[in-house]
Amino acid sequence: MALIKGGTPAWLVLANGKVFEGRSFGASGTTIGEVVFNTGMTGYQETLTDPVNFGQIVTQTFPLIGNYGVNSEDSETPKSHVSGYIVREWCNAPSNFRMEDNIDNFMKQHGIIGLYNIDTRSLTRLLRDQGVMNGMITTEDPNGNLEALLQQIRAYTIKNAVSAVTCAESMTYSGTGKRYRVAVYDFGCKKFITESLLQRGCEVVMVPADTAAEEVLAQQPDGVVLSCGPGDPAENSQAVSNIRTLAENGVPMFGIGLGHQLLALAMGGKTEKLAYGHRGANQPVIDLASGRTYVTSQNHGYVVVSDSVPEQVGRVTYVNANDKTCEGVSYLTANAFGVQFHPVTNGNPMDTDYLFDEFVERMQKEAE
Amino acid sequence: MGLRSDIKKVLVIGSGPIVIGQAAEFDYAGTQACRALKQEGLEVVLINSNPATIMTDKAMADKIYIEPLTLDVVKRVIEIEKPDSVLSTLGGQTGLTLSMQLAKEGFLDAHNVKLLGANPETIHKAEDRQAFKDTMEKIGEPCIPSKVVETVEDAVAFAQEINYPVIVRPAFTLGGTGGGIAYNEEELRDISTNGLRLSPITQVLIEKCISGWKEIEFEVIRDSKGNVITVCSMENFDPVGVHTGDSIVIAPAVTLTNREYQMLRSASLNIVSELGVEGGCNCQFALHPESMEYAVIEVNPRVSRSSALASKATGYPIAKVATKIAIGYSLDEILNHVTGKTYACFEPSIDYVVIKFPKWAFDKFVYAKRNLGTQMKATGEVMAIGTSFEQAIMKAVRSTELGVDSMNMKKYIEMPTEEIMDRLRNGIEDERAFQVFEALKRGVSVQELHEITMIDEWFLDKFLNLVELEQWLAEDTLTEEKYRIAKQYGYLDSTIERMSGQKCPLHLRAVYKMVDTCAGEFKAETPYFYSTFDEENEAAQFIERTDTGKKKIIVFGSGPIRIGQGIEFDYCSVHCVWTLKEMGCEAIICNNNPETVSTDFDTGDRLYFDPLTREDVESIIATEKPDGVVVQFGGQTAIKLTRHLADMGVNILGTSADNIDAAEDRERFDELLEQCGIPRPEGFTVMTTEEAVEVAEKLGYPVLLRPSYVLGGQNMIIAHSEQDVVEYMGIITSTMIENPVLIDKYMMGTEVEVDAICDGKDFLIPGIMEHVERAGVHSGDSISVYPAQNLSKKIRETIIEYTRRLSLALDVIGLVNIQYVVYKDEVYVIEVNPRSSRTVPYISKVTGIPMVDIATKIMLGSTLKELGYESGLYPEGDYVAVKVPVFSFEKLQDVDTMLGPEMKSTGECLGIGRTFEDALLKGLVAAGYDLKREGGLLISVRDSDKREIVRIADKFSQMGFELYATSGTASYLNRNMIATNMIRKISEESPNTIDLLESGKIHYMISTSAKGRMPARDSVKMRRKSVERSICSLTAIDTADALANVLLSERSMDDVELVDITKI
Repeated sequence: MALIKGGTPAWLVLANGKVFEGRSFGASGTTIGEVVFNTGMTGYQETLTDPVNFGQIVTQTFPLIGNYGVNSEDSETPKSHVSGYIVREWCNAPSNFRMEDNIDNFMKQHGIIGLYNIDTRSLTRLLRDQGVMNGMITTEDPNGNLEALLQQIRAYTIKNAVSAVTCAESMTYSGTGKRYRVAVYDFGCKKFITESLLQRGCEVVMVPADTAAEEVLAQQPDGVVLSCGPGDPAENSQAVSNIRTLAENGVPMFGIGLGHQLLALAMGGKTEKLAYGHRGANQPVIDLASGRTYVTSQNHGYVVVSDSVPEQVGRVTYVNANDKTCEGVSYLTANAFGVQFHPVTNGNPMDTDYLFDEFVERMQKEAE
Repeated sequence: MGLRSDIKKVLVIGSGPIVIGQAAEFDYAGTQACRALKQEGLEVVLINSNPATIMTDKAMADKIYIEPLTLDVVKRVIEIEKPDSVLSTLGGQTGLTLSMQLAKEGFLDAHNVKLLGANPETIHKAEDRQAFKDTMEKIGEPCIPSKVVETVEDAVAFAQEINYPVIVRPAFTLGGTGGGIAYNEEELRDISTNGLRLSPITQVLIEKCISGWKEIEFEVIRDSKGNVITVCSMENFDPVGVHTGDSIVIAPAVTLTNREYQMLRSASLNIVSELGVEGGCNCQFALHPESMEYAVIEVNPRVSRSSALASKATGYPIAKVATKIAIGYSLDEILNHVTGKTYACFEPSIDYVVIKFPKWAFDKFVYAKRNLGTQMKATGEVMAIGTSFEQAIMKAVRSTELGVDSMNMKKYIEMPTEEIMDRLRNGIEDERAFQVFEALKRGVSVQELHEITMIDEWFLDKFLNLVELEQWLAEDTLTEEKYRIAKQYGYLDSTIERMSGQKCPLHLRAVYKMVDTCAGEFKAETPYFYSTFDEENEAAQFIERTDTGKKKIIVFGSGPIRIGQGIEFDYCSVHCVWTLKEMGCEAIICNNNPETVSTDFDTGDRLYFDPLTREDVESIIATEKPDGVVVQFGGQTAIKLTRHLADMGVNILGTSADNIDAAEDRERFDELLEQCGIPRPEGFTVMTTEEAVEVAEKLGYPVLLRPSYVLGGQNMIIAHSEQDVVEYMGIITSTMIENPVLIDKYMMGTEVEVDAICDGKDFLIPGIMEHVERAGVHSGDSISVYPAQNLSKKIRETIIEYTRRLSLALDVIGLVNIQYVVYKDEVYVIEVNPRSSRTVPYISKVTGIPMVDIATKIMLGSTLKELGYESGLYPEGDYVAVKVPVFSFEKLQDVDTMLGPEMKSTGECLGIGRTFEDALLKGLVAAGYDLKREGGLLISVRDSDKREIVRIADKFSQMGFELYATSGTASYLNRNMIATNMIRKISEESPNTIDLLESGKIHYMISTSAKGRMPARDSVKMRRKSVERSICSLTAIDTADALANVLLSERSMDDVELVDITKI
C-alpha cells in the first residue's frame, strides 16, 4: 500500500504533445527515448536487460509487472539498456523462490527511470494508431515548459546503438565440447545465442561489432553468427561490408534479428521501419517450406523489405502470419541464412529452436 | 487443407444434464461447434438429453434428438440419420466416452462413420493411467511418481526413492479409508501397515505427495499440420489438493518467472504434439514452489471447463477453432474474428487479469461437508476481469452473489482468531479465501498463512493490500485521492461509504476496455468490454464509431449457475438477444458467467463482462444510454435490479417494476389475489422465531417456511413441529436476514405449473404442466409432465381463467410463471413469477412455440394477435414430454437426498414419447436410472406414507422383487399381506440396514422420513449409503409409484420411437 499512497509524480511527454501523468518508480530524473510497447506477459527482467531495447522507452501492455521480482540469473546482459520503462502497476511484494530483489530497486541500481499508474492500454493504442514516437519520462513537472521539451524530444534519434551495446574486446566461451568454433558478432548479443551454441558442443568466440572480417577469419571459425542488436540497421555500413566479405568467403553464417537485417543489406537487400514493430512472445511466423506456423519471440522495429533481396541471391523463407512481412531469408549465393525472430527465449527453446541445429548442420557439411 | 470434402453430415454428441463437474460450458462449446459446422454448410444432427440447452435449439442443428445419451440410443440415431462423421470432443466426458465406445466396438467403421476431433489412440494415451505414464516417460515429461506395493518394506523402499512426504492410498477402500500422508519413515510404517490391513487385496499405492505445489494449467490447440499454440496459462490460487473446478483461478499465471513459464509452455506443446491431439487440449501441471521441479497431473484431450474459461478470458474461441480443425482446417487458415485480419495460429496476449471464482451450493445444503479436495463440488462459477488483481477479486466476489460486497464475511468477522486459524489448519473449506482475509485483518502474517495454506505469498500480499486499503479508508477524511484509489481497487461507492463512514467526495463512473486477444497490438472490432477506472472509455468510442441509429436494448443475464438458477435462464437471455437483433435493435448483454453462450462475444452486439450489482449496472447504463433494458430473462439476479433501474429512470421493457413488486411483496400480492378472487394457501409474514411459532400454531402443522424473494426454494422447509420451526429460524437468522420469513399452510395436493405470455390484453398458455410428485417437493425437483395427464376439464378451465386474471391484473408484458396446487378439487395459487422460468426452454421445444421470441417481440410493442396467436391455451401436441430432474448427490457429502420444498437438483433431462409411460421411461433412462426389473427393494417410510406404500410395494412384489423393510414399515406391509423381510436399524447389531445396502442385494430403495437434513439421523445415513453404493433411491411416494408403473409396463428403450424434435 505504501506503493499507491506514496510515490512522487512523474510524466510521460510524447512527441505529439500528449502528456500522461503517473507516478515515478525506479530512478528519478529525465530521460528521452523512442516509446514502444511490448506485449509479453512475462520476461520483464529480460526486457530491461535486452540490448535490442537500447534507446527505447518500453511500455508493458500487461498491467502487473514485477510479480516475481528479479534474480541474478535471468538478465540478458549484466547491464540495462532501456532508456525508460512504463508499467500500469509494479509489484512491491513479489514472490518467487529465485527472487533476490524487487523491480523498483533493480531499476534504481541500473539507473532506469520508470513511470507507473498510467493508462498503458490507451498509450499502446496511441502508438499502434500513430506509430512509435519519441517521448520523455520526467519527474519534473513538464507543464509550463512543454514547447521547449517537445523540441528536445522531437530532435532525439537513436544513434550508434550497436557501438553502445557491443562488447569491448573478444571473448572465448567453451562448453562441453569443441566440435565447431563459432564466431559471434556481438551487435547486442543475448544469452540464448551463446547458450544454444554451447549446448550443441560449439566453442564460441564473441567479437566486437567493429571487428574486421579478416580478423574473424583469422580465428578459423567453422561458422559465424550475426547476433541480434538495436537500432537502424542501415546505420551499420562497416558491419555490412564485413559481412559481405565473409559471405564471399563461404563460411556458414546465421543471422538473427539485427544480424539477419545486416546480412540482407550485405546481400543487396533493403530494410525499412515498421509503424510500431513486433515486440512480444506471441508472433506467428509461417515457414514457407513446410507451411507450418510457429509462435516466436520478437523484438524489432525494422524489417527486411520482402522483395528487396534479388531473386537469384536469396529467397524469403519465413513470413509474419499477421502482416506478412519478411521474417527470414535463405541465400543462394552464400552459405548463409537469417531470421528476424529469436529462436530461443531464456533458456527454453521456442518452437523454432531447430534453427540452431540447421546452422550446425551447415557447419558439418562444410567441414566434410 | 480447408474443409474435408468427405464430410457432409455430422453427428454432434452433447454432454447431457447439468451435473457438478459438467455444466453449461458444454452448451457453450456445443453451440459454437454447431454454428461452426452450419457456417460450413454441413448438415448437423444433434443428440443431447438436456432440453434447457441452446444447442438443442432448432436454429442450431438440422436434426435434434433430445434422447437419453446411452450407447444404444446413439447407435440408433446413427442408423436413422446415417451421418458420415461424429464430432466427439465437444460434449464433455460424456460425449467423448460414448464416441470412444462406438469406435472401439467397430460400430463407426461398420457404418462408415468417421470420428472427428480425436482418434482412439490419442484418447487412450491421455486417459489410460499406464499408457499416459509410458507416453510421458517416452518424451521425458515427469509424472507424479507412484507405485503399487504389497508390503511395508516395499513401501518404505519406494518412499526413500521418491522422498517424503508420500501419500498412502489403500486399494479398494471406500472414500480412501485407511490412507494418509506420511512425512517420515515411522509414519509411513504406521499408515501403510494399517492401509494394507484394511485393503481387501492387501495393496496400497504409494504416491509422492505434491499437495501444496503450485497448480498451473495451459490451454493448447493443435491442428493436423502440427501447428501448436497455447491459448492461455492459468494459475490456481489454491495449490494442488483442491480440484481446479473448486479453485479460485487467475489468468495468466502470475507467480512464474519467464523461465518457469516457458518451461511449462514447452512441456504442454511437447505433450500435445506427442499425443497427436487435433483440437483443444488442457494440460495441468504441479510446480514445486521452491524449485524448477514439476509434474504433469492430467491432460484432457477435449474442450473443457478450463477451455471455456480460457476462451472468455482471452477472446479466443477455442471450441469454434477446435471444430474447424476437426473438419479439416489448419490454424493458419482460420481467421481471428476478433481482429478480423490476424489468424487463429497465434498466442493471445492479454492486458488485464482474469479471476474465476467458484459458486458452491453450501448456502442451500447447510449440513453438507464444506471441505474441498479432489472431488469438485462447485455448481458454477463467475469470471471477473480487472486491470489489477485487487479489482478483479472484488468484482468476482460481488458477482458470486454471496451477500457480500468485499472480502469481509459477517461469519468470520464475528469469529475468534483462534477458531479461524483452526479452520485453516484443519482442511480446506469453500470460504478459505474469506478466512484468510479475516486472518490478515487480525494481524496474522503472510508468512504464517502461507505456511498453513501454501497459498502463494503473492496472492496473500494482494489480500493484504485490500486489508490496508480498508484500514486507510476507515482513517481520517475520505479524500478524493483515497476515493480514486479505492475505485481502482474495485470497491463500490456504497462499500467505500460504509467503510469510511463518510459520503464519497465524488461519484466516478467506470470506463470500459476491450478484450481483444492481442493487448492492443492490432485494431480489434470485438464488442467485448470490462470495466475499470481509467482515462479512456473504449466502449463509448466504439458506440460512437459504430452508431447505427438502431434502438439499444440491454439484456441482463443470470450470473453463475447455481441450484435453482441454471442454464435455462441463459437460454432465455440468448433467445431474447437473437430476437432483439432480428427486430432491428442493438442487443447488449451484461453477465459474468464464463461458461455460457450469452457471454460469447458474438452472441450480442456488445458484451459487458461485469458484476450485476446496482452500481456496476449504473456505469454500464451511463456508457450505453440504452433505449430500454430487459430484466425478465436473467432469473432473480436480473429481477433484483428492477426497482433500482426504475428509480434511475431507465425504461424497463416488459412487465413494470411496480407490477414485479406486486407479485413479490406478500401484502400486495394478497391484495391482488383478493381482487382477482383467487384463493391461496393461508399464510403470514414473520420476522422473529417467536412470531413464527405463534403463526405456525395458528395455521396448524405442517407449515411451509421460506424467506421472501426466493428462487429455487432456497432455505425452504416443511415444518411438522415447533422444534422444526425453531431450528429453521435459527439458521435463517444466523446468516443474513434482509427479508422477512413467510409461513404458509402446507397443502398436499397436485402441483401444476403454467408458463404464459401476455401482451397486456391477450394471454397465451403454451402448455399446462403437471408434477408427478405432490406439492411439497420443489417444482425444480419434480418430474414434470406436459401436457397435464390427470386434470379434469373444470380444473383445467379454472387454471386457464386464473392465469388470465393474474396476467392481466399484473399487467404482464412478456412472460409469467404461475404455480398452482390442486387440493380437494380446488385450485390455489402458490407463486407468481412475472419472469421467465426453468420450464420455458423445454415447453418452447415440445410445443414449438418460441416463447422467448414472442415475449421479446411483445415487449417491443407487438401483440399476440399480430403474431398470430389466439388467447388462451394452445392446442396440445401429439407428444408427451416428461422432464426428470438430475442430482449430483454423489459429489456432495452429507447432503440428505430426500426431496422437499428446497430444490436440490442440478440439472434435468427430457423424455419425449407418444404416451406418458414411454416419455417417462425415456426421461428416467436419460437421468441415469438403471431400470432393473429384479432384485431387492428396501423400504423405510414415515408413518404418514405407510398407507400408500402398500400399493407400491405390492407392485414390486408382483414383479418378483425381494422386499426388505425397517421394523415399522415391515410390520405394516406384512399386516397388509405383502411378504417383507424385516431388517434391523442402523443402531442395532449387524446385519442391519447398512450391511444390507452394502451387500449388493438391494437395487431400489424407497425412503421417506418425517425428519431429515441432519447427517446423524438414521434415515439420512441410509440415503447417503445408497448414494455411495449407486442404489436407486426414491424419496417421494409418487416418484416410487411412477417408477413402479414404468417397470410394470415391460417396455424398454428398444420399444420406443426416437423423436427428431424439429419435426414436432
